[in-house]
Amino acid sequence: MSTDPTIALAEEDREIPVLEPGHDMASVTAKISDIVLERPLSIAWVAGVMFCSGIVLMLGTAVTYLFFKGTGIWGINIPVGWGFAIVNFVWWIGIGHAGTLISAILHLLRQSWRNSINRFAEAMTLFAVMCAGLFPLIHTGRPWLAYWMFPIPNTMSYWPQFRSPLLWDVFAVSTYGTISLVFWYTGLIPDLATLRDRASNKYIRLIYGALAMGWRGEARHWERYESAYLLLAGLSTPLVLSVHTVVSFDFAISIMPGWHTTVFPPYFVAGAIYSGFAMVLILVIPVRAVYNLRDMITEKHLDIAAKVMLATGLIVAYGYILEIYMAWYAGPKSIDWFTVHNRFFGPYAGPYWMLWVCNIITPQVLWIKSIRRSPVLLFLISLVVLGGMWLERFVIIILSLHRDFVPSSWGMYYPTKWDWMTYIGTLGLFTTMIFLFCRVLPMISIFEIRMLLPESHVKHAAESHAPAAQLEGKHL
Amino acid sequence: MAPENTKREDTCPGKKKTLDVQSLDAKALDLAAVREEIASTSGPEYWRSLEELAGSDEFREMMHREFPKGASEWLDSFSRRGFLQTMGASLALAGMTACTRQPLEQIVPYVRQPEDMIPGRPQFYASATTLGGYASPVLVESHMGRPTKIEGNPDHPASLGASDIFAQASLLNMYDPDRSQTPVYLGETRSWKNFVDQIRTRMAGQRAVEGEGFRLLTGPISSPTLANQIQALLKMYPKAKWHQYSPLHRDNVLAGSMLAFGQAVETQYRLEAADVILSLDADFLSPSFPGSARYTHDYAARRNPDAAMNRLYVVESVPSPTGVKAEHRLSLRASEVEGFARSLAASLGLGGNAADSHFLRAVADDFKAHAGSCVVIAGEQQSPEVHALAHAINAHLGNVGKTVVYTETVLANPVDQTASLRDLTQDLREKKVDVLVILDANPVYDAPADLNFADVVLNSGAGLRLHYGLHQNETAELCQWHVNAAHSLEAWSDGRTYDGSVCIIQPLIAPLYDGKSAHELVAALMGQSTLTGHDILRSYWQGQAKSADFETWWRKTVHDGFVAGTAHPAKAVTPKAGLPPLKAAAAADASTIEVSFRGDPAIYDGSFANNGWMQELPKPMSKMTWDNPGWIGPAYAARTGLKSEDMVTLEIAGRSVQVPVWIQAGHPDNAITVFLGYGRRRVGRVGNGAGFNLYAVRSSDAPWRTTAKITPLAQTYKLASTQGYQTIETATITRPVIREGSLAEYKKKPNFAQEMEDTPERNVTLYPNVDYSDPNYNKLGYAWGMTVDLGACVGCNACMIACHSENNIPVVGKPQVVVGRHMHWIRVDAYYQGDRDNPSASFQPVPCMQCENAPCELVCPVGATVHSSEGLNDMVYNRCIGTRYCSNNCPYKVRRFNFLLFQDWETPQFKMMRNPDVSIRSRGVMEKCTYCVQRITVARIDSEREERAIRDGEIQTACQQACPSNAIVFGNVNDPQSKVSKLKAQARNYSMLAELNTRPRTTYLAEVRNPNSQLESAEHAGVDSAVEQG
Amino acid sequence: MSAPLNGLLAEFESASDLVAAAKTTHRSGYNDIEAYSPFPVHGLGEAIGFTKNRVPLVVLICGILGACTGYGLQYWVSAITYPINVGGRPLNSWPSFVIITFELTVLFAGISATVGMLVLNDLPRPHHPVFNVPQFERASQDRFFLCVFAADPKFNASETRRFLEGLKPISIADVPDE
Repeated sequence: MSTDPTIALAEEDREIPVLEPGHDMASVTAKISDIVLERPLSIAWVAGVMFCSGIVLMLGTAVTYLFFKGTGIWGINIPVGWGFAIVNFVWWIGIGHAGTLISAILHLLRQSWRNSINRFAEAMTLFAVMCAGLFPLIHTGRPWLAYWMFPIPNTMSYWPQFRSPLLWDVFAVSTYGTISLVFWYTGLIPDLATLRDRASNKYIRLIYGALAMGWRGEARHWERYESAYLLLAGLSTPLVLSVHTVVSFDFAISIMPGWHTTVFPPYFVAGAIYSGFAMVLILVIPVRAVYNLRDMITEKHLDIAAKVMLATGLIVAYGYILEIYMAWYAGPKSIDWFTVHNRFFGPYAGPYWMLWVCNIITPQVLWIKSIRRSPVLLFLISLVVLGGMWLERFVIIILSLHRDFVPSSWGMYYPTKWDWMTYIGTLGLFTTMIFLFCRVLPMISIFEIRMLLPESHVKHAAESHAPAAQLEGKHL
Repeated sequence: MAPENTKREDTCPGKKKTLDVQSLDAKALDLAAVREEIASTSGPEYWRSLEELAGSDEFREMMHREFPKGASEWLDSFSRRGFLQTMGASLALAGMTACTRQPLEQIVPYVRQPEDMIPGRPQFYASATTLGGYASPVLVESHMGRPTKIEGNPDHPASLGASDIFAQASLLNMYDPDRSQTPVYLGETRSWKNFVDQIRTRMAGQRAVEGEGFRLLTGPISSPTLANQIQALLKMYPKAKWHQYSPLHRDNVLAGSMLAFGQAVETQYRLEAADVILSLDADFLSPSFPGSARYTHDYAARRNPDAAMNRLYVVESVPSPTGVKAEHRLSLRASEVEGFARSLAASLGLGGNAADSHFLRAVADDFKAHAGSCVVIAGEQQSPEVHALAHAINAHLGNVGKTVVYTETVLANPVDQTASLRDLTQDLREKKVDVLVILDANPVYDAPADLNFADVVLNSGAGLRLHYGLHQNETAELCQWHVNAAHSLEAWSDGRTYDGSVCIIQPLIAPLYDGKSAHELVAALMGQSTLTGHDILRSYWQGQAKSADFETWWRKTVHDGFVAGTAHPAKAVTPKAGLPPLKAAAAADASTIEVSFRGDPAIYDGSFANNGWMQELPKPMSKMTWDNPGWIGPAYAARTGLKSEDMVTLEIAGRSVQVPVWIQAGHPDNAITVFLGYGRRRVGRVGNGAGFNLYAVRSSDAPWRTTAKITPLAQTYKLASTQGYQTIETATITRPVIREGSLAEYKKKPNFAQEMEDTPERNVTLYPNVDYSDPNYNKLGYAWGMTVDLGACVGCNACMIACHSENNIPVVGKPQVVVGRHMHWIRVDAYYQGDRDNPSASFQPVPCMQCENAPCELVCPVGATVHSSEGLNDMVYNRCIGTRYCSNNCPYKVRRFNFLLFQDWETPQFKMMRNPDVSIRSRGVMEKCTYCVQRITVARIDSEREERAIRDGEIQTACQQACPSNAIVFGNVNDPQSKVSKLKAQARNYSMLAELNTRPRTTYLAEVRNPNSQLESAEHAGVDSAVEQG
Repeated sequence: MSAPLNGLLAEFESASDLVAAAKTTHRSGYNDIEAYSPFPVHGLGEAIGFTKNRVPLVVLICGILGACTGYGLQYWVSAITYPINVGGRPLNSWPSFVIITFELTVLFAGISATVGMLVLNDLPRPHHPVFNVPQFERASQDRFFLCVFAADPKFNASETRRFLEGLKPISIADVPDE
């Protein structure tokens, strides 16, 4: 799905480089690592961290009360057995897709521009998966027994039930989390070494030294490093596509109208990348302003991200339309037709129409180049899209469940304050992690930026001078 | 509560107080001190302040028990559920001590029924429960001396093994922790002995004046023994008077028979012989109708399209299960029914002139065609004239002796109860009463408002007001003495069923709180306080028994639960010639709002108000729980813009009450129906403050219907209906769910139901099918299955309460029902179709379908719900982690989740009540119907011990057992000879949502109706009603 | 104070110089040499005679192992040790088992890629003699180094130093052993 921007990139947009001129090895190294090592703590940053961790405390409260009272404090009921918890889970997981996608798939596709945002995106991925992973654990009726979902030998000689999509989820999400972490850390090693060598403070040097594990940048190390990284990228690519596919199975495998659709896997993945890139933009746009990184994260990056959103947004639209078509095809007496009808005109018509506005209509402005390159507008559009994607999950889960086959059991779902506190709480957790990340680790992969520099190319090896081309050479 | 208080306060001025005080035998109080205090205080309402001033410890203790810590908090939303969780420990413990004082062994009636008690094996005792005086024969399941379940008595013709919600739920009444636990004098805990002493002196005084000032108020009584005792009592006090009152009295029935025959007779119907049934506002399929269990059985027996089907016409003013079951239903206002009855009589040639209508003609013709095999049933709430007309028509068509039988009355001494209570109030007003004994009645709460019973009683100056009952209720509050009653499961007694046969009520457990039976109380009034209920009953029957060897006779009788040959024989009566005279203003004019009063379908007259099961039982038509909104018709709603849950002021004859309204499909226009029994002030945590008290606007001269003024209020009130509003206008979706057709359709194409939906081919599957008949996989070869006959089901809810009781299902409380978390394992869905003003409807009991391809099992990550080799969809509670995915993926939505700690783990009473064979589910666990797996297991063990196969019909699920219409059949589908297999082989057998290929083991028999071809031409009787009203 | 010599470290300006220098050094018979760069430099590997990269093999093996574990676990649990009828599906419902098999494959392979890389690089290794050279800290930033170790048979402190000077480095430093 990321091919469209690639092609787009090929001919168009040469005028804006991936890295603004005027940089050399020393300057990029200094610029990025100084944000971590030299830059003094700003009041704004401290205030931000404190505010966000305040929200995390609220999350703590909500979860504590939940464990104390039971899931009944939420709005869920019969028939709507899943509410905000699963909506948020799917939403966060979706957001968590951009990172691995950028670092893995674009790496394979040799998109050199990804060098300046992959680190950031990966970090975002990890934090998003962290928030997502919280929900399946706490949403169960007896969370203290959630470990029963893992195949742990036990005295009851009782085992998990491997046919359940929920169990697939457990494996998919945990694998995805682990691999993303590994991938991220692998990418960090050389930069940690850089920080180690630049750190003036003895203890900081010690910490980064330990994390860098004595990386020396030997030629042999680099050789193995490169192949390992390439393989990881190769493995992560199917993985990232599989994760949301598996999440979509939670619904597609069931027999509920509105859930039981074969179109789910592709359009869930598309939706995931859609929201993922929206989140990347929402984070990157302020960050590049605050830390004055406009020369490394240029309009070009925004432009490409916008195009990815446009493309995936269209795939999502296709998914919506296909659902309606299938229902129409099933006929006016079919439960599917009823479900679609209920979405458009039922008690939850509001959210559904909003969904169309946010996810399908609004992003169409991205066809306009000037909008794609205006950070402010992109930021706003991304917010709308994120809201839209959240609504999509709300629609899929609540609207499908609240009116299914047996009219006598229809019901309504109204979130309680505890639902909201938990959701907002995870937003706080996410931003807190981002704040910390910006100050303790290089936001941009230093060594990969170095490779964007002209002087990084071995002279006598006389090939074309397009950095992209150079990198191909390096990665093959 | 506040208004009553203040009212009572200013009705008892200081002087009268002192007067009363002297009249009281108040040794415990320092009267001088009290008088001073009274003089110096304008304190709260006096009789309570007496002991407040005296500051007795008992009082404080009583106050504490009355309002346990945080009692106020019961009223707040969460705690209305919470009541069941954290029962006032003090109460509960008091209960326990009561048991420990008397070891259980003493009262398990080994003495006359020596059976070897095997721990873990329940024993069954025949007994009876009573409702409105009428007894229903039951079997009580007892585990180690603890009654845990009530079932119908299969040997008795009035039950045939079926039971109704009231009989089932009376179990919870017995264990109700809010029951009164001691005799109470002026709020002080007293002993029975102390009571006896006081009463003796008091009654001695009455003896002197031949009972001049002695009045006894009871509910309707059918117990021969008690009646006999009361007669003796009246002999002893010749000038004393016996009054009877129950709010849901059958005065009109009585008056009707007086009008028709000049004497009181009981009318019984033989529905098995009736081809055509016409109900004039009679809801004879609902459990509150005497004999309904039998009537339902007989009616349902004639619903099989392969045999001769009966046909039911219903003319009714309040939508009822009977009404929607009818082939043809005419919706009239209560006042218009009499007009219809007269027209019918006329068109049948009984004279008078007929207002002609399509519907009427059809009924008349049908009746003529079925003279002798048809029947008219008049409703208790209809005027005496309507009853008289019904008698006349039945006689005219020669139904008497065939479909209608007249006998002696079941009630010992049938009287016009309204009049009886009016007399009592009169005497009280005139200060003629010195001793007032209120036996198991609650007039202060449920007497007609115009009698002002509370004030009258307070100002009557009656020196001894004694209330005897299960709760210290509104009436007890106004009596100096309260004696705590023994529940019918705790005491010996007897009573007559609708057919007059006598049931013996035997105690299953020692009185939890040392309560006394009515027999013992009456005996005490006669100075025979030493007699036990058992002695009284025995000695009475010793006199009655025809048999020489009384002992064996008695043992057999008690064992069987009823006295053989006591059913009333038919009685030849002839109705007076001519029709009853037309009363002036029979029909109110169409423009006024007509209000009908009805007993609540679940909590009856209010006596079940503190019964959680009943409060949470969805009422048959509206699926309403915990409340009693007034019903209005869709037409009226459309015209006035009223919506369900809107509050209105209902003004009747200067009295007004505020109630929410509920738009009930099929309800006539310009009319509102309100239900009695709610808005109780003093009954217990469950009932207090639930709903609205409609007795406040009920008057003695118009107990069932009158005209009213409705003024909408600008506020709404949240109602908890388990089925919401979407019961109607869902035809397209419900089609595969519920299926019905006409007899003609059925004859033409018997499998019409199956063809409504395409069932996937069994072998078109990626996976091989599981073979449940393969002995290698299914060792014992049983494959359990169930059929539910939609034609037979009348939506009486007996199955729901039976399931509640059998499976220890928790009560969750109104707020939880509102958010959709009720826990019923089996529910009875009601689907309305067609014209909202006169819809047809079908009831569909939905337990777990036990799908062979269970969608719920597939998605459980921990294997907490898996399949047994016998095809049961087992739930492993201890393994469940509560992902709720199974419920989401259940197309039938039969799974229930413990969102919070719904189950009560503390209250000792409830611990005693529970079925030990079914585990108690905790918070965060999914639960659902298991086909009563505990019963299957017992049967399996038995059969294996006896080295035989389980017999067909040996296992009865709780719902099946309770069902009066035998709509539910359970058995082994691997055995082609089993009843269930035969039913599944029928053409009208279909699977709910077959297209999903879940392969449910529970299947349905489509409903087949037998409409009158004259009326079938799609026109709806509702249209006619306009004509009728002329 | 001259600690025993561990090797000689030549510092270069650019990647190109380093590659060139490395090639010559290797060609002129030095085998125990190592080049250091702040980013992966193409061809530097061959330049110092590094050919065998075993990381892919490790990943392949672990991947297969993961796949077997994945399906094996599910089969053993569902069909052998805890056989039970779930929703009428057969004990070995292989289509349902594909997902987790795949996930475990990726998990095993992925982890092995990084761990394998580190182990083969014999990392973590907190200390290495080259760190004793002050300017080496720029190896992770903007400078390129070539080190000839004393362990090399052809190594001779003065000879080798002269040889390296021939490669026009910015500087040459002794790598002390401690």
